[in-house]
Amino acid sequence: MERIPVLKMGELLMVTIQVDMHDRLARTLLEDLTEAISAHGIHGVLIDISALDVVDSFIGRTLSTIASTAQVLGAETVVTGMQPAVAITLVELGLSMPGIRTALNAERGMAALRAALGGRSERADGSGSGHDA
Amino acid sequence: MARPPVLEDFPVDHGPTDNARGTRNAGEHLVLDVLKHRHRELLDAWVSGQESAPGFQRSTANNDDLVRQSSEILGALSVAVEADGLATTGAGYLELRRLLADLSGAQARQGYSPSQTATVIFSLKDALLRVLRGEEGGDDAVEGGLYEVNRMIDALGLVTFDSYVQSREQVIRSQHTELLELSTPVVKLWDGVLALPLVGTLDSQRTQMVMENLLASIVEHEASIAILDITGVPTVDTLVAQHLLKTVAATRLMGADCIISGIRPQIAQTIVSLGVELGEVTTKPSMAAALQVALQRLGHTVQRADSSR
Amino acid sequence: MAAQSAPTAAAVDTTLSSTVTVEIRTDEDVVRVRQSVRAAAVAIGMRLVEQTKLVTAASELSRNALDYGGGGKAELQVLRHGPRCGVRLIVEDDGPGIVDVGLALTDGYSTGGGMGLGLAGARRLVDEFELWSEVGVGSCVTIVGWAS
Repeated sequence: MERIPVLKMGELLMVTIQVDMHDRLARTLLEDLTEAISAHGIHGVLIDISALDVVDSFIGRTLSTIASTAQVLGAETVVTGMQPAVAITLVELGLSMPGIRTALNAERGMAALRAALGGRSERADGSGSGHDA
Repeated sequence: MARPPVLEDFPVDHGPTDNARGTRNAGEHLVLDVLKHRHRELLDAWVSGQESAPGFQRSTANNDDLVRQSSEILGALSVAVEADGLATTGAGYLELRRLLADLSGAQARQGYSPSQTATVIFSLKDALLRVLRGEEGGDDAVEGGLYEVNRMIDALGLVTFDSYVQSREQVIRSQHTELLELSTPVVKLWDGVLALPLVGTLDSQRTQMVMENLLASIVEHEASIAILDITGVPTVDTLVAQHLLKTVAATRLMGADCIISGIRPQIAQTIVSLGVELGEVTTKPSMAAALQVALQRLGHTVQRADSSR
Repeated sequence: MAAQSAPTAAAVDTTLSSTVTVEIRTDEDVVRVRQSVRAAAVAIGMRLVEQTKLVTAASELSRNALDYGGGGKAELQVLRHGPRCGVRLIVEDDGPGIVDVGLALTDGYSTGGGMGLGLAGARRLVDEFELWSEVGVGSCVTIVGWAS
């Protein structure tokens, strides 16, 4: 069955949503992420939605649920690359997702996760846990 | 926007007409007769004609309103024809013209199309002719033909009327949009810091423009802080506050933060008394103060180059 | 009880193109509706933000029909009113219907899982919105977005 690929990079999970996601796919993503966070001691999740030109209330709520669930499991989440038209529509829809951390792009998103995880050094290959200077 | 025509735009002829009482022409006789002796029949025919026009929303309330409105117009028409025959520029027609102008204005504001409004009068003509034809027998082929031709021409007239108005409205709309776009400039104050000085009222359409411009600029300049300066916004009521908060929320979704500056003392009081929750939005009295906060957040410090030390 | 908006321009002197119908039986159908609406909106030159709002509203309505209406169908049509073009979507289902329409159109109302947000939110996203619903019969929502 089709699912959205989740990339593991050390203690981070990275998801790039590139398809017009139907509800079942979104639910599966939530399940896959939840499992992966638990299974691998994940501390950060980055979800890039720069390719999404529509985010409706279900997708929006799913993103919020992913963030809350991740937090309960000890991981921080950042949603990156929201398109302006999508942001304006979500706000008009009344779904401004106040609790969610966002960033302009994946690069900024990584920096935001690093900051949120409090100075812990997160290297892509998962090695090293020295502190930032 | 073109101003709606006022009563004074219609020429009123207060001089003697050649339809002075007692010397009426055939047409006037016909109309007066129907208005006086077949009022009910005319009213019913006219009301049902209006109700069967496309776009009419049938309901009991609407029907009651329609009957009342139509009766009122027929009343004014009786007075008018009694006084000035069929010369619509006569003083007797003032009340009727006022009623029709009010009706058209109200329908324009409620979103009716131009032809729906014109249909009010055209269906009166239709009803009048039908009642008159009934009286004459109405079997004459030529007369029937003329009647049908008349209807067709009316319909064509309505078409041109509609499209003319639509085109004019389109021009007005695109000028309006252009004006909006010109009046919401976004300024890059520093690397990563944008400023948006808002001037004038912040209605929902303006807010849309502001949000679109601002978010596009955030992407373009990879900004992380946007300063919304509302010094030039005259009043802040609940709606305006909502619009501001919407803009802040949209900015946040793009990974940037907002600082609202230029809150005048009276505005601050209004915000508090309205119970508007600004929540976590940072506010500063001036754009300068906001810029200072923004630079600090980005890790910069501003120091005076002092050589006397 | 049905709710209605002001008389719609589409009712008078509007030329219509052929209708595109999409059956809504699965999640993928909801995506199909989104894509059809997007294509139509692009075709009439709608601005990006307007497109996104319309497509999002279409998604909300289609999902409602699927999740709460037991499935339904969407009819898409391009409208022309003088020089203006618009896209109209009619989503109908034979589901249980909405008991209190007024309440359903208030933000935050939900019969379970956030349907209220969808309807009230969708209404804000479009130019014209008409809702018909009868308990035990079904619901029909019509939305129109005009290109400015």
